[in-house]
Amino acid sequence: MGTLKKAEKDIHPMDDLLRMDRIPHIWCPGCGIGTAVTAFAAGLAKAEIDLKKTCIVSGIGCTGRVAGYVKLDSFHTTHGRGIAFATGIQVANPDLKVIVFSGDGDLISIGGNHFIHAARRNVNMLVICINNFIYAMTGGQVAPTTPLATYATTSPFGCVEPPFNIPYLADSSGAVYVARWTALHVRRLTNSIAEALKKPGFSVIEVISPCAMYYSRINRLGDGLDMMKFYHDNTEIRHGEDTKNLDIGFQTKITVGKFVDRERPTYMDSYNKWLSGTKKD
Amino acid sequence: MKANPRDVNSGTYYMDGDVAAGYGALAAGCRFIGGYPITPSTEAAETFARIAPKAGAVFIQMEDELGSIASIMGASWSGVKTMTITSGPGYSLMMEAIGLGAMIEAPFVILNIQRGGPSTGVPTKTGQADMMQARWGSHGDYEVIAIAPDSPQELFDYTIKAFNLAEKYRCPVMIMSDECVGHMSEKVVIPPAEEIEIEPRRFYNGPKEKYLPFKPDKDLVPKMVKAGDGYNLYITGLIHDERGYPIKNQIEKGKSQKLPTRRLVDKIRLNADKIIELAEEGMDDAEVVVVSYGISYRVAIRGIEIARGKGIKVGHLRLITVWPFPDKKINELASKVKAFVVPEINYGQVVFEVERCSHGQANVVLVPHGGAGVHDPDDIAEAIEYAAKEKKKIRKVIEWKTRLEKFVFEGGYKLNK
Repeated sequence: MGTLKKAEKDIHPMDDLLRMDRIPHIWCPGCGIGTAVTAFAAGLAKAEIDLKKTCIVSGIGCTGRVAGYVKLDSFHTTHGRGIAFATGIQVANPDLKVIVFSGDGDLISIGGNHFIHAARRNVNMLVICINNFIYAMTGGQVAPTTPLATYATTSPFGCVEPPFNIPYLADSSGAVYVARWTALHVRRLTNSIAEALKKPGFSVIEVISPCAMYYSRINRLGDGLDMMKFYHDNTEIRHGEDTKNLDIGFQTKITVGKFVDRERPTYMDSYNKWLSGTKKD
Repeated sequence: MKANPRDVNSGTYYMDGDVAAGYGALAAGCRFIGGYPITPSTEAAETFARIAPKAGAVFIQMEDELGSIASIMGASWSGVKTMTITSGPGYSLMMEAIGLGAMIEAPFVILNIQRGGPSTGVPTKTGQADMMQARWGSHGDYEVIAIAPDSPQELFDYTIKAFNLAEKYRCPVMIMSDECVGHMSEKVVIPPAEEIEIEPRRFYNGPKEKYLPFKPDKDLVPKMVKAGDGYNLYITGLIHDERGYPIKNQIEKGKSQKLPTRRLVDKIRLNADKIIELAEEGMDDAEVVVVSYGISYRVAIRGIEIARGKGIKVGHLRLITVWPFPDKKINELASKVKAFVVPEINYGQVVFEVERCSHGQANVVLVPHGGAGVHDPDDIAEAIEYAAKEKKKIRKVIEWKTRLEKFVFEGGYKLNK
């Protein structure tokens, strides 16, 4: 592969896929987003798709900055609207493969409506959702994914709301591919991204990621490395597990794996099928 | 460039304004509408959804207005002409994204068929109370273009013009129509495609490595490419440089002083003379000038007739383009005439712009209307009569007490002291 040849010349193999002129990035030490971006870049290379026809869209937040570091057509939009923006890109030009790379607050809270409806329509896009259980960019506020009784700056006595189970939400809304990994499972995450990139339809990959600066600090869980150790000791790979059973509690076991992989006609498939009927008369 | 015959349903029709706007959008070359149903704008969306597929265009009914406007911006960067259709509550939901649209310079059109009142208001009746929201609704500094059609025929014609302006100046363009025009059925002539002038997208065709997405041309508007062309675009709502890269750090380090917001406002302000379209009538010896737009323009015609019958010299200035505001024109008129009379279906919006631009040279009379209907032409005539007689310079906007105001509110509320 072309990337290997460049590596021989002491150029980093991911230079082709990242905007090196924007490095250093803004993420904190111990954050898992960088690892997920590495897995994403490796997944892109592995999938061998046409990068010219690949776009990345982000919303707002720590993960919202991903679009700005990846060397594709990148769109950094408003808070929560990444999926809706991507729907426009994809429907206006169905040749494009769109990846929405954003955080749990952006995709599941403020953008939750777009998430379920894009899944229902089965718009051809891959959603990579970094779940760090907290609003990190704004300083550690409670999120719709924060486990029950967990501390955050706006839940100073512990979170009183049950969190969303993202794979279950995606599955029941109609996503065709649903997987969950952590920032520790780099190889499996890479493979999953490469696989989902080639899958037509609405795919969701949740990436559990440490937030050393806020989530871990507020809840006294140590640094990024301690979180990685926790993932190492407390994750269990169970492919095909019923998504109902994927709730995450505070420091409980995390089930990872590929849970859904099915076929459904995409939005454009259905639209064109209907359209061909219209054109006859 | 001429319109594509595939997009133009030429002929003479009897249709309402909303339907005409749907036909206008397709004729202008619109390839994507993301919309959400809202009274009184639904017929425009229904029309486009019905006629779009045969022309290879798409209507997608999004989950909400937030999604509608985000989707049309994505489609815009995918390289197609786009529009969304809404009314008051939906328009309010779109405000944040309008700022993004201005920032990323995505060409798109918003059709706002205004209803009366705040909140849910009067969904099935008219209003003109979103005019200031169109101008200032999103946060931060930016400029937009807004036009106000007054008939179904104009909703066809000016929808095309709105698309042309959006492509030319790469900014959000609002068609600020209202329920009355949207639901009014009249004769609409859709001309043959070769008579419709449309503005193509300003695509870049220089060497790929030299392309900078936000490097302006001489008229301050940059050239565009589309997603999928291999330019590795970086489009962000953050303050960015000509490459599209965020520049907060550079500004802090003193490496860049150029805030792109300066260009976002200047590209409209400095081109205002080319953008603004006005219509005037009976101005030569006018003592009083009626400044009106949209449906209020048509009602004011009758008011002016009545006033002229009483021997008053009245001119009529119609704001076809409301934003950018015709500052120069109003200022120039203010030095010649005694007073302006501004009938609008709100409690004072555009009238304050007229007052600002007259700089105390002429009196300014507002003929208000609370919405859900149009003015009584007699009120406008009486306001004109008063404005012609008033000898004092009154240093504030004079609110004319209309029949309706007197009847409903007995001339206005009073504070209990």
